[in-house]
Amino acid sequence: MYRFALGRLLQAIPVLLVVITVTFFLVHSAPGGPFSADKAVPPEVIKALEEQYNLNQPVWQQYIGYLGDVLRGDFGPSFKYSGRTVNELIGAGLPITAELALYAMLVALGVGITAGVGAAMRPNTLQDYLPMTGAMIGICMPSFLLGPLLVLIFGIHLDWLPVSGWGDIPGDKILPSITLGTGYAAYIARLSRGGMLEVLSQDYIRTARAKGLSERLIIVKHALRGGLIPVVAFLGPAFAGLLAGSFVVETIFQIPGMGRFYVQAAFNRDYTLILGMTIFLSTLIIVFNLLSDMLAIWLNPKLRHELEGAKS
Amino acid sequence: MAILEVSGLKVYFHTRNGVVKAVDDVSFSVDSGETLAIVGESGSGKSVTCYSLLDLLPKPPAKIEGGTALFNGHDLLTCSAAEMRQHRCNDIAVIFQDPMTSLNPFLTIGEQLIEPLIYHPNKDQVTSRAEAKEKAVALLDEVGIIDPEVRFDCYPHEFSGGMRQRVMIAMALITEPKLLICDEPTTALDVTIQAQILELIKKLQETRNVAVIFISHDLGVVAGIADKVMVMCDGTIRETGDTDNIFYKTKDEYTKKLLAAIPEGAKTLPNRCNTDEALVEVTNLKTYFRNQAAAAKDDESQFVKAVNDVSLTISRGEILGLVGESGSGKSTLGRSILQLAPTTAGSVSFNKQVLTGMTPKKLVPWRQKMQMIFQDPYASLNPRMTVFETLSEPLLYHGLATQKTIAAQVKTLMDDVGLAQAQLRKYPHEFSGGQRQRIAIGRAIATKPEFIIADEPVSALDVTIQAQILDLILNLVERHNLTMMFISHDLSVVRYISDRVIIMNRGVIIEQGDTEALWAHPKQQYTQDLLSAIPLADPVSERNRIASR
Amino acid sequence: MNNSSSETTVMPDDQGTSLWQDAWIKLSKNRLALFGLAVLVTLILVSLLTPLIAPYGYEEQNLDMGATAPSLQHWLGTDIFGRDMLTRIMYGGRVSLMVGFIATAVALVIGILWGATAGFFGGRLDAVMMRIVDVLYALPFMIFIILLMVVFGRNILLLFLAIGAVEWLTMARIVRSQVMSLRNQEFVEAAHSLGLSQWTIIRRHIIPNTLGPVIVYTTLTIPSVMLLEAFLSFLGLGIQPPESSWGLLINYGVETMEEFPWLLIFPGIALSLTLFALNFLGDGLRDALDPRTSKD
Repeated sequence: MYRFALGRLLQAIPVLLVVITVTFFLVHSAPGGPFSADKAVPPEVIKALEEQYNLNQPVWQQYIGYLGDVLRGDFGPSFKYSGRTVNELIGAGLPITAELALYAMLVALGVGITAGVGAAMRPNTLQDYLPMTGAMIGICMPSFLLGPLLVLIFGIHLDWLPVSGWGDIPGDKILPSITLGTGYAAYIARLSRGGMLEVLSQDYIRTARAKGLSERLIIVKHALRGGLIPVVAFLGPAFAGLLAGSFVVETIFQIPGMGRFYVQAAFNRDYTLILGMTIFLSTLIIVFNLLSDMLAIWLNPKLRHELEGAKS
Repeated sequence: MAILEVSGLKVYFHTRNGVVKAVDDVSFSVDSGETLAIVGESGSGKSVTCYSLLDLLPKPPAKIEGGTALFNGHDLLTCSAAEMRQHRCNDIAVIFQDPMTSLNPFLTIGEQLIEPLIYHPNKDQVTSRAEAKEKAVALLDEVGIIDPEVRFDCYPHEFSGGMRQRVMIAMALITEPKLLICDEPTTALDVTIQAQILELIKKLQETRNVAVIFISHDLGVVAGIADKVMVMCDGTIRETGDTDNIFYKTKDEYTKKLLAAIPEGAKTLPNRCNTDEALVEVTNLKTYFRNQAAAAKDDESQFVKAVNDVSLTISRGEILGLVGESGSGKSTLGRSILQLAPTTAGSVSFNKQVLTGMTPKKLVPWRQKMQMIFQDPYASLNPRMTVFETLSEPLLYHGLATQKTIAAQVKTLMDDVGLAQAQLRKYPHEFSGGQRQRIAIGRAIATKPEFIIADEPVSALDVTIQAQILDLILNLVERHNLTMMFISHDLSVVRYISDRVIIMNRGVIIEQGDTEALWAHPKQQYTQDLLSAIPLADPVSERNRIASR
Repeated sequence: MNNSSSETTVMPDDQGTSLWQDAWIKLSKNRLALFGLAVLVTLILVSLLTPLIAPYGYEEQNLDMGATAPSLQHWLGTDIFGRDMLTRIMYGGRVSLMVGFIATAVALVIGILWGATAGFFGGRLDAVMMRIVDVLYALPFMIFIILLMVVFGRNILLLFLAIGAVEWLTMARIVRSQVMSLRNQEFVEAAHSLGLSQWTIIRRHIIPNTLGPVIVYTTLTIPSVMLLEAFLSFLGLGIQPPESSWGLLINYGVETMEEFPWLLIFPGIALSLTLFALNFLGDGLRDALDPRTSKD
């Protein structure tokens, strides 16, 4: 298993290299230089700036230099936020985004698995239809629509919860977490319902029942593990989705996280920031995909044995 | 005294297309220490009857509409969920058909074995984990698991099918039940393993004096172990009685039909092969597959040698039986001969023409002369083509018919295989298994081939339909002067149909010879084991055989 | 439980029901799926006829009037420039639907070709092709699309290509696994043993049997593409004015939602309703085309 994990990690390296290379050359082939937007800047200033950011070197030389910096964990200075490095900006935004993503994930897993497993236990009853209708609404109600609606209802109309900021007023973390988590709760509910239904129709569940085990034990011990494998495999893509969703949620609720920086960087054409953040986020997503893949394999004893057999 | 008394049991399935009376007014009883066999074809309601006793049917669609099932005086059909748990834990255990799917792949077999003990609903009957393990290990030993201490912590996929069924048996017995329900416990197993498992069940029943309900589609399997037999058909009981009465003094027409359908004895038709002219010659054929499971680097384990250096000849006009257990390479051999599986070495020639190494294009005219009938009539027909399209495809493709003559030709073909011409425009899913196999046979004989390989053509079918299809095949071989290789795991079927037999195991030929000579004097140990494991529909000789072991 | 395996089953009628007809019968019993189909057909018709049936012109504005609540003249109200919301939503829907269909078509073509090639030929080619899919799967595409939009400007054609390039991966996997399992089916083997050519086998035996899952997945891809487009447009990175789409309308609606909530709610309903309809239709098709939910 460790050797398998190591193998998969090694495979991730070329993928990351591709990501860095593609993003670097994409950004550098952008029509119009990074400073062309600010028309008022005199040429000599641009020249000085270009020298400061090594833009006067040939592209491949810049690429090699940048690659070296990235390997040392240095994403260089930001174009727009003068005096601040990309690392600083990521460092400032990451804890907030991570906290938001964590809460959203908790909402998604808690609500999603409960609803999905509950629905699968009594298919084609109200206990199935209600949460599944809810899940369908959740999927068809994207975060950029749900967020403003929640703000409108709970923030403005009812005036129960604060509608912006992060950690300033008590309760201001509730609406963003729900907004970000709902869509994934809906997906997870559908996935876990499908997975559980599949498992509950297996012969070995009938065996467990014939042995006289309680329904609760059958669900918890015999069905959940197999039934939730699709959910575990979905965690990686869900994480990537949460990061993308944080762009919207942080914009709506004015949360100073990475997502908002990213969107702002996109508008400001802050090339070093967008380059650095793309690489950083990609690494995170690739690592999380890897982890959720490995967890899904590890949960299945047969696959686990095959891997151990193959690699030992 | 009867431990279980079922009377007037009715179980209906409420489906979208109406009510199906799966079990309709069924009554029977079992005494302790007694074995009752319930025999019937698929859809007879035999399994539904037993599952309804333990409340294991999916509800809906199933609904128990009436009757009682008294277990020691308590009605199983109306008891509460808590009482049902008590019965499942203390009184009644089940061994299911397919040991591959009936064990949880995510838990070790040890964990699954001790579960009913350590999570017992009665507080005073809860066993400690250590004690339960001790008991489980002893039981695993008793059912014939070698090294039970170590195997206790293994997962189901680390066991073979026969071993899993032994684990299932141990799991059923661990709570010391008073009634054991065996639902086709040997159907998924090879014939030699089947004999071992049947013996084991018989032995365990005697030492424990439990009552057994043994469900089977095969009268041969139950002949040696049952005290009483109940024959079911379409949800109703056709006949119940002592085993000897059922077999030797059969009253009911349906039971007679079932008994008659069991292929028994030698082929009744004479061998049509009167020349020594070899139609198919196989020399030193090898078919290897790359071993994908293990990352084996050495040459020995790098390949799965499905067919390993096989030579044989098939004479024009004969029916050659090819027998082997699962994994023996018999199907791969068949496919290799027809050039459907890529061969590794050796040669196959048909009518003196070497086929191995031919390009697909060059093979086309030869393909017309060699055809195949497949095992699974549900998978061997394209679900999106009508019978007409399926049957006309080979005729039109090989230029054996024109648009003008095709309709008449397909209709002749339908007559040949015993299908009504009116069903020409129907799709495969609208036919039963036996009818589908008729369509598949029709497709195989459409091009008027000289040679047909039939790969387990009847093993997916019920026994009465199996008999009909076997007779159809024999009839077609006669009428169209066919040469056939008949692949099967079922020795009785092979004996019934073939002139000559080849026994195969692990990719090599063990023994071959004329069918009756081989049956009378098997030379190899493997053949002897195989032949002695065949269950016969003859209670007296079966009992003697089990006793003599 | 198969209760009709008796050899003597009588088939009264001459004409059989194909699996397609069977699926249609099942689908027509599913009210939600029919509702989805009806909404979809309506939307397509409205989008095609928008320039003819829209109550006002697309550019028509009335700055003096400004934002007004729904009324008899303007059923869904007007925005801050006095533009009719119904008209705006109809024109926005054209763009949203077009993105959905075209990007899905791009995904469909690439995915089917890629997956079918890998699945049918198998072996080393399959290993290489699927390895590429695996690697692409690991890439954070959402971020890449944003990057593309930033670097090359907000180009609608690029948007189609970018979204299509993401969505083809799953289609390729579905088609491949379908083709792989079909390749080993006995009826395909039977076709080989009849000597049928590769092309005939693909045309007559493989393609008709892969269509079911492809149709289902296509139906489910359209809403996810529309969602992606709306997401990008909401962030201001997708469709740009003067073009309009539902995501963009929602974005504008959010800015003024405190005073004029209908500017948010009506485009939101349009988007959600469409997503609902397509998802219900997809789910219904999945149930109808799944052989496991056959009639017995």
